Amino acid sequence: MKKIGQNLFTYVDERFKLQGLFDFAKHKKVPEHEDSFWYYFGGIALFLSGIQVATGIMLLLYYTPSIEAAHESIQFIMSQVKFGWLIRSVHSWTANILIGILFVHMFSTFFLKAYRKPRELTWITGFFLLILFMAFGFSGYLLPWNELSYFATRVGTDIAGSLPFIGKWLKGFILGGTSVSQATLSRFFWFHVALLPLAAFTVIVIHVLLVQILGMSVPLRLKDKKVKEISFFPDFIYKDALGWTLILVLVGVVCVFLPWEVGKKADPFAATPLGIKPEWYFTFMFTTLKLIPSHVLFIEGEQLAILAFMAGGIFWMLAPFLDRKAARERPSPVFTWIGIIVLLYIVVMTVVTYTVPKL
Amino acid sequence: MERRRFINFFFGGSFLATLAAFLYPVIRYVLPPKQAEAVQKKVAAAKMGDLAPNTAKIFKFGSVPAILVNTQEGQLLAFSAVCTHLTCTVNYEAATGTLFCPCHNGRFDMAGNVISGPPPRPIETYIVEVVGEDIFVSKKA
Repeated sequence: MKKIGQNLFTYVDERFKLQGLFDFAKHKKVPEHEDSFWYYFGGIALFLSGIQVATGIMLLLYYTPSIEAAHESIQFIMSQVKFGWLIRSVHSWTANILIGILFVHMFSTFFLKAYRKPRELTWITGFFLLILFMAFGFSGYLLPWNELSYFATRVGTDIAGSLPFIGKWLKGFILGGTSVSQATLSRFFWFHVALLPLAAFTVIVIHVLLVQILGMSVPLRLKDKKVKEISFFPDFIYKDALGWTLILVLVGVVCVFLPWEVGKKADPFAATPLGIKPEWYFTFMFTTLKLIPSHVLFIEGEQLAILAFMAGGIFWMLAPFLDRKAARERPSPVFTWIGIIVLLYIVVMTVVTYTVPKL
Repeated sequence: MERRRFINFFFGGSFLATLAAFLYPVIRYVLPPKQAEAVQKKVAAAKMGDLAPNTAKIFKFGSVPAILVNTQEGQLLAFSAVCTHLTCTVNYEAATGTLFCPCHNGRFDMAGNVISGPPPRPIETYIVEVVGEDIFVSKKA
């Protein structure tokens, strides 16, 4: 048996030159120190993305992207198809956990200043991945065509429509018309299963390639110290796999005890239900839009908030270029404080959304 | 102009023109075609007796929702049901006699004016006419 395996490997290796890849993995070293725990979140995000692809492909078998049948097809998956409830719940729960993991990965990278030269592009591609996965969440949210997702889409697309200069055009492009309709569902389905996967795959390849080429960043405070290293394969991969297993158990447990709900079918001519809110990762923006007055000086409050979020996002994306101290391998407490303020803002606003609904 | 420079310019230009010739139809294809929407100016919203005092009904006005309110005093009023903030559909709140948007807590009075919350503009008001048993709602000129 062992001989067959060896012969098979030799056959494949002669054609694909795999040995070089194995040698690279074996000789590649990963730093290990008290903060290396945070390294594993990138691998977990990649693992969860794989689950999303697998479960998404399976859901395509029964899902119908039409406003007459979308909700019914989800009900069919949840109630008639064997293990349909599990596949859909894994897809929905994993989507949410994945965004949470991406936030943890992003903030840990920020606080460890791992974005500093020469890893600026790794940071920027990571930032785009967060945006892409939030877009995955937003587009996927509408697909079951339930009332919460319907109104969340109306609000979300109207936010896009409020952007200066391109807003009207962008809203029309996203909606496929002037209101949330069949054209919108078709487009969201197209975004969700074709355009976004293509974009995400491309950016993930660049991001992972950069991580492989540049290696893991070592925190600034350890740069002059001798840091212990472990081999990428098998030591780091084993630890990574442990993280994947734990997260898989977590996904399994939540899916069994809290299967993802189907909701009530959307009715475009019904009143918006009370207590409506978007997915948790949009709630900090949602609550900001709730709290901001209708006008601030000469500008509409809503437009001001959207512009502020856009400016904040651009600042965040360009952090490696703006943090000149970190680029020179020096501590940059100002950026640490900026990160703390941003994190606190997101956490406080998210908690407020769920604890003070009548705000 | 040098021959090499000319050839570079010629092939570079041709490449860009070819790229544009490919991209233009793709971009036009993904942008939705403009579709003429039937403009509805008047609609039969309800029948007399459909609405008890201090209740409301959402009805279809063209392609958007509108709301007909029978106030506590028995006055019939109609509004666009699309919130001027971020386009959620408003409800009639009987306890306060106001229009309320649950998305971002915008509130409008029975004249359509913003009472509280983030909506930047008043909500559109419509004309209500009662013809026999039918209640008609029309847009203001």
